[in-house]
Amino acid sequence: MSKPKPKVRKEVISMSKQGLEERIQNFNEVAFGYAEEEAVAEAERCLQCKKAPCVKACPVEVDIPEFIRLIKEHRFDEAIKKVKEKNSLPAICGRVCPQEEQCQADCTMGKIGDPISVGRLERFVADWERERGYDVPQKSASTGKRVAIVGAGPAGLTVAADLTKLGHEVVVFEALNKPGGVLVYGIPEFRLPKAIVAAEAEYIEKLGVTIKTNAVIGKLYTVEELLESFDAVFVGTGAGLPRFMRIPGENLCGIYSANEFLIRVNLMKAYKFPEYDTPVWVGKKVVVIGGGNSAMDSARSALRLGADEVWVVYRRSRKEMPTRMEEVENAEEEGIKFKFLSNPVRYFGDERSWVKGIECIAMELGEPDESGRRRPIPIKGSEFIIDVDTVVVAIGNTANPLIQQTTEGLEVTKWGTIVVDEETGKTSKEGVYAGGDIVSGVATVISAMGAGKRAARAIHEYLMNKR
Amino acid sequence: MYNIVTKRELVPHINLFEFSAKEIAVKTKPGQFIILRVNEKGERIPLTMADVDPEKGTITVVCHEVGKSTRQLGQLEEGDCILDLLGPLGKPAEIGKFGIVLCIGGGVMVAPLYFQAKALHEAGNKVIGGIGARTENQLIFENEMREVCDEFYVATDDGTRGYKGLGFLEELLKERKIDRVITMGPILMMKKVSELTRPYSVPTIVNLIPIMVDGMGMCGACRVTVGGRTLFACVDGPDFDGHQVDFEELMTRLKMYSPQEKLAFVFYEEGGSSL
Repeated sequence: MSKPKPKVRKEVISMSKQGLEERIQNFNEVAFGYAEEEAVAEAERCLQCKKAPCVKACPVEVDIPEFIRLIKEHRFDEAIKKVKEKNSLPAICGRVCPQEEQCQADCTMGKIGDPISVGRLERFVADWERERGYDVPQKSASTGKRVAIVGAGPAGLTVAADLTKLGHEVVVFEALNKPGGVLVYGIPEFRLPKAIVAAEAEYIEKLGVTIKTNAVIGKLYTVEELLESFDAVFVGTGAGLPRFMRIPGENLCGIYSANEFLIRVNLMKAYKFPEYDTPVWVGKKVVVIGGGNSAMDSARSALRLGADEVWVVYRRSRKEMPTRMEEVENAEEEGIKFKFLSNPVRYFGDERSWVKGIECIAMELGEPDESGRRRPIPIKGSEFIIDVDTVVVAIGNTANPLIQQTTEGLEVTKWGTIVVDEETGKTSKEGVYAGGDIVSGVATVISAMGAGKRAARAIHEYLMNKR
Repeated sequence: MYNIVTKRELVPHINLFEFSAKEIAVKTKPGQFIILRVNEKGERIPLTMADVDPEKGTITVVCHEVGKSTRQLGQLEEGDCILDLLGPLGKPAEIGKFGIVLCIGGGVMVAPLYFQAKALHEAGNKVIGGIGARTENQLIFENEMREVCDEFYVATDDGTRGYKGLGFLEELLKERKIDRVITMGPILMMKKVSELTRPYSVPTIVNLIPIMVDGMGMCGACRVTVGGRTLFACVDGPDFDGHQVDFEELMTRLKMYSPQEKLAFVFYEEGGSSL
């Protein structure tokens, strides 16, 4: 006897957001997240298909159909445990992963309607757990092995969590005053509340990991020195060095790197100045140069800090922007304007050496370059001027160089990134592994976590075979 | 948390702090700096170190109260703690055997200059010290400097003590063969010293701490133009060739947050304290 098949809802359950008028005046999180009944309704849409293309596309291999099934059955506690078997930072990933390019890209449901919103469901169970207090899993028996992790960003924290669960003693060295790396200094509060990063880092500490902040490796200790008291070292120092265009006038007052702007606002909480001591200055008209996530984050932050008008100037067209489209939509909705196919040539200052104008040149797109995107080419004689009070240069970051400069025998690429074996994260130096942006150059949180996961597996194997 | 082992008021509003920070003390070389934060809402304050005691496990800095954050630090006492202390940052100063080295310091920066002068003295150089301040009762680290200098000069802007202004330096440059000049102090003073030594082609090193946030090369707030190139003071310095530095740009960039700094100070003094 077969039961009649219930009709499956094709449209995704939408997630409520802060009202537009309100949200551009505060730094609170824009999206509210699912309520219980919304999460269950979204979970009910999952077809539980056998081939599970979502799992194959997840860099950290979360058993997605299974945790969604548990949500459907209101077994939230088991659902989050299922997620955490593979992902120690679910509240973060649920918010900042580009799911549309990964787990949701080939979703079977997506072929007949909207793909299942895996990210929102992940966020839901992670938040559900955090509000109730973390359940810390049992640790394996101690192996007596010690691992040092350099950098408490997404890669480092993932390695730390995986290795401590296997019984190794793990110490994470973080140069900044808080753990999280780009999650605390780069991504703004309105996309990823810092309390959530702190809570997930705290969870990793509860697993048994020691996080030592204000510890800059390469200065305080070299990797060589760490190897004297640790059996292995993982380097996850990220891509934190800002790029400038090296054009005339770039050192005028009022011109920030995206890193400076975002570190002030996010890590130092300059949006709460003078309650917090670190200031940030934003004029009436702000121009952000670049088309990545940092550009969108800077533009949306500038708006919230009181700018009347915020422009994003990008040298290619909308299609080539490296940012998530969701972020462009959010930015546009909030009133950010875009000037595509334009590139700054030089900056002008006033008598006090504050920036007041940008000379730009129009661009056209030529043949695809090595990134596969069409190369922008300046159009002769097309120069034009934009008046401006504040400029944020968000054209990307390069690898942090300190470890490479202070570690002998570490093979490095011409871009300054560390050379590793893709599958294991093994570097050219015995006992030293690396992963995340320090290897790939600027990429995503989840790809760094995926690299961390692979490295953790390899480090474990290395430690267990080491005499 | 990092403990204040010693606090000493050198002159009004200039305090010496000795922090317990064993790991940093062991690694620090003259010329390097630390970044500290008093509390959770505090700014990151960069300070060039004035001394270390690796055995005792302490580092010494001297801080002038010029705004809210430095005032807040100044109000702490021995036994109190600060939240964050990061270092050693920046490249160490070049300490070699140069011959006759002139160490010219002004204001609060005489303290970190002492650390370099001491190392240069120990490295076998003949060290000539020249320290100054706005006025007599603002002079600091005179005894410490005397101990490590083979020859010693004192100057004040107003002439209340020693030479008036940098006249003694002009005389020294004229009369003696100087192999190297190290200068640490207000930007205007370092600029002037660099201009005075330029005609004599004496290598002149300045120690620059512009506005910075992370202090590790991530923000680029501290960018300075040196010999036409943009460098980051925090990782490429803080020591630079004084004959190559664009001091005008440096001074302009230092004033970038003046209005906000004043606002924060007023807010603090009027009881909006974040302590």
